[in-house]
Amino acid sequence: MSISHEQGPTPGPAAPGATLSNVKSQLKTLWQGDTGLVPVLLGLLVLVIYFQIRSSVFLSAGNLTNLFTQATIFVLLGMAEVWLLLLGDIDLSLGYVMGLSAAIATILVDNQFHLSWILAMLVAVGVSTFIGFLHGTIVIRLRLPSFIVTLAGLLVWEGVMIWTIDSNGSGGTIALNEKVMYDLVSGQLTVLVTWVFVLVLVAFMGYSMVRTYQKRLASGLDVKPFYFIIVKVVVLAIAGIVMVLVFNANRGSFTVIRGMPFAVPIDFAVLGGGSFLLTKTRPGRYLYAIGGNSEGARRAGVNVNRYRLMAFMLAGFTAGIAGLLYASRLGGISDGVDGGNLVLLAVASAVIGGCSLYGGRGRMIHAVIGGVVIATVYNGMALVGIATSAQYIVTGLVLLAAVSVDSLARRGNTMLR
Amino acid sequence: MDSTSESPQLTSMGNGGSEVETSAPQSLLGMRGLSKHFGPVQAMQNVDLEVKAGEVLALIGDNGAGKSTLIKTIAGIWAPSAGKIFWKGKEVHIHSPRDAADLGIATVYQDLALCDNLDIVQNMYLGREETRLGILNEIEMEITTRKTLADLSVTTVKSARQLVGSLSGGQRQAVAVARAVMRESEMVILDEPTAALGVSQTAQVLELIKTLSSQGIAVLVISHNLVDVFAVADRIAVMYLGAMVHTGPIGDYDTASAVELITTGTLGRAGTSVSSAL
Repeated sequence: MSISHEQGPTPGPAAPGATLSNVKSQLKTLWQGDTGLVPVLLGLLVLVIYFQIRSSVFLSAGNLTNLFTQATIFVLLGMAEVWLLLLGDIDLSLGYVMGLSAAIATILVDNQFHLSWILAMLVAVGVSTFIGFLHGTIVIRLRLPSFIVTLAGLLVWEGVMIWTIDSNGSGGTIALNEKVMYDLVSGQLTVLVTWVFVLVLVAFMGYSMVRTYQKRLASGLDVKPFYFIIVKVVVLAIAGIVMVLVFNANRGSFTVIRGMPFAVPIDFAVLGGGSFLLTKTRPGRYLYAIGGNSEGARRAGVNVNRYRLMAFMLAGFTAGIAGLLYASRLGGISDGVDGGNLVLLAVASAVIGGCSLYGGRGRMIHAVIGGVVIATVYNGMALVGIATSAQYIVTGLVLLAAVSVDSLARRGNTMLR
Repeated sequence: MDSTSESPQLTSMGNGGSEVETSAPQSLLGMRGLSKHFGPVQAMQNVDLEVKAGEVLALIGDNGAGKSTLIKTIAGIWAPSAGKIFWKGKEVHIHSPRDAADLGIATVYQDLALCDNLDIVQNMYLGREETRLGILNEIEMEITTRKTLADLSVTTVKSARQLVGSLSGGQRQAVAVARAVMRESEMVILDEPTAALGVSQTAQVLELIKTLSSQGIAVLVISHNLVDVFAVADRIAVMYLGAMVHTGPIGDYDTASAVELITTGTLGRAGTSVSSAL
C-alpha cells in the first residue's frame, strides 16, 4: 500500500514498471502447464540455428521432411515408453518388440502369406500388445522390477525377431512389397489435404480451448484472461502454417514431391489418442495417481495392478504401431535392427521432452518434442559430417543433461514442501 | 480391573441390540467387547466405546496402547477377533475399508495418502471421478471441491487446481479431511492430524475439527499432543496396554490426570468419573 501511495503522484515512471512486471507474471501463467516445454524448445532452437549455420541445406524443405520422418520412430517409441515412465516403470525391450512387429507385418503381406495390409497390421500390433501383456503380468504377479523383466525381454524378443526373419529363408532381410504399408512413411497427403488437415487441427484445438473457457466462466470458476487463448491459437497457427509450407514445398529432385508424409498425421493420431486417454479419462488419471503415490491410489480404491497391466499393454500397442512405420521407412525389415539402441533413444526422447523417470510426471507431447530433438541431433550431425562416434557421445550427453534436470526438478519439488 | 467387571454386562448388551440404543441414545458408533490379537499378541482386549454424533472424541494412550489397532478395526483394515460393532444401534460387520466408507466412516491416516503430482480436485475425487460419457467432468468436480473446502472454512488454499505437492502440511491435512467428508461421511477418524505440523498449521487443523463437529460430524481423533486434545475434544478415551481404561467428558480431566492414565492406566486418586459409556 505504502508503495502505491508513494508512486501515486508520479504515475509516469511507475506505470511502465508496473506493466512490465504485470506482463512478466502474465507470461509466466500464460503457458502454465507448458512451462516445462520452454527449455527444451529453446534448446531445439539453438540446435537448429547451429546446424543451419554449419550446413545451409539443414532448413531446406527436403531435409526437414526427412527429419520429421526420421523423428517418427523416436516419437512413437518414446510415446510407448511414456505410458510406463508415468508409473515409474520402463520397458527396455520395446525396440525389439517394434522390430518384431515390423517383421510380422512385412512377412504377412509377403507373397507367401498374402494377407491384406490391414490384417497384417492388426496381427503385428496385436502381437506387440500381447507381449506388453506378458511383461506386465510377469512384473505384477512375480513382483519383479520392470527393468529386469524387460531386460530379459530385450534378449528374448531380439532372438524371436531374428528367428522370425531368418526362418523365412530370406537371408536376413525381407523387402516390403505392399503399397499401403510402404506408403505409410513414403507416401504423402496432397497439398490441399495437408492444408485442410493442419487448419482443422488448429481450429479444433482453438475451439476446445474456447469451449473450456466458456464452460468454466458459466460455472463461476476462475479463468485465465481470454487473450491467453488468442495468443496460444496464434502461436499454434503460425507453427501449423510453417509446417504446411515446409511439407508443401517441392522437395523432389527429379519429380515433384509435395505434401505431408503420412507418418506425420499418424504421429498426431497417436499423440491425440494418448493425450486424450491420459488427461480426459479415468484410466489416464489413475496412471498419474499410481506414479505419484501408488499406495495412496490403492487406498483410494484404484485397482493398481489392472492399470499397471494396461500401461504395459498400451506400451506394446504403441511400439507395434512404431514397428509398422519402421518397416515402411526401411522398406522392409532386417535382422540387424538395433533395438537396444533404439529403445534407449526412445526413453531419451521422453525424458529430454520433460517426462520424469521417477513416475507421475510426463505427457505424450514430451516424447514428440524429445524425439524431434534427437532426430535433429542425428540429422544435423550427419549433414555437418560429424562422425557417428561423436553422434553417440553427443546424444548420450544430451540424455544425461535431461536426466539431471529431471532429478534436480524433483528434488526442488520435495524441498518446496 | 474395570474390564473384568464389564464383561457380563457386555454379553447381555450384545444379545439384545435394543439395549444398546437405550443405554446410549445418541450413540452413532458403539463397540462392545472388541478384541484383536495377532497370533499370541493381544493388541486390543475387550474394548467398549461409544461415539456420539457431532462430538469430538480424543483417543489417547501411549505407543502400543492399541489406539491404531482400534481405529483400523473400525476402518475395516482387519476384522476384530471378538466383539461387536454397532452403527446407529444396529450391529454391523466391517470387512473392508469400502464397508466402512459405505456406512459413512472415513479415515484419514497419518500419511494422508495424497498424490503430490495431482491437484486438489484430482486428489479429492481420486477413485470416484465424475464422468460424462466416459470423459472426466472436471468442471463439476471443481465446483464441488470448492464448495466442500468452503464448507470446511478452508480459505488458505489459493486455487482448487493447485498441486497438492505445493501445499503446506496443514493444507494437505485439510485436503485429506475434505476428501474424507465429501462423501457424506457421518464420522471421521483422524490419526495424529497435528503431528509434524507447526503452530499455525496446527491451529488450522484444530479449527477444521471444530468445524466438522459443528456440522454434526463425529470426529474420533488420535493424538499424542494433550494440548491439542484439551483444545478440541468433548470427551476423552484412554487406552492402556490394549484395554480401554477410562472415558469421560474433557472437563473431568486435567493434564496431570490424563498423563497419569496414559502412563499407568489408573488414577492414583479414586476414579472421579467412571464414564457412563463404561
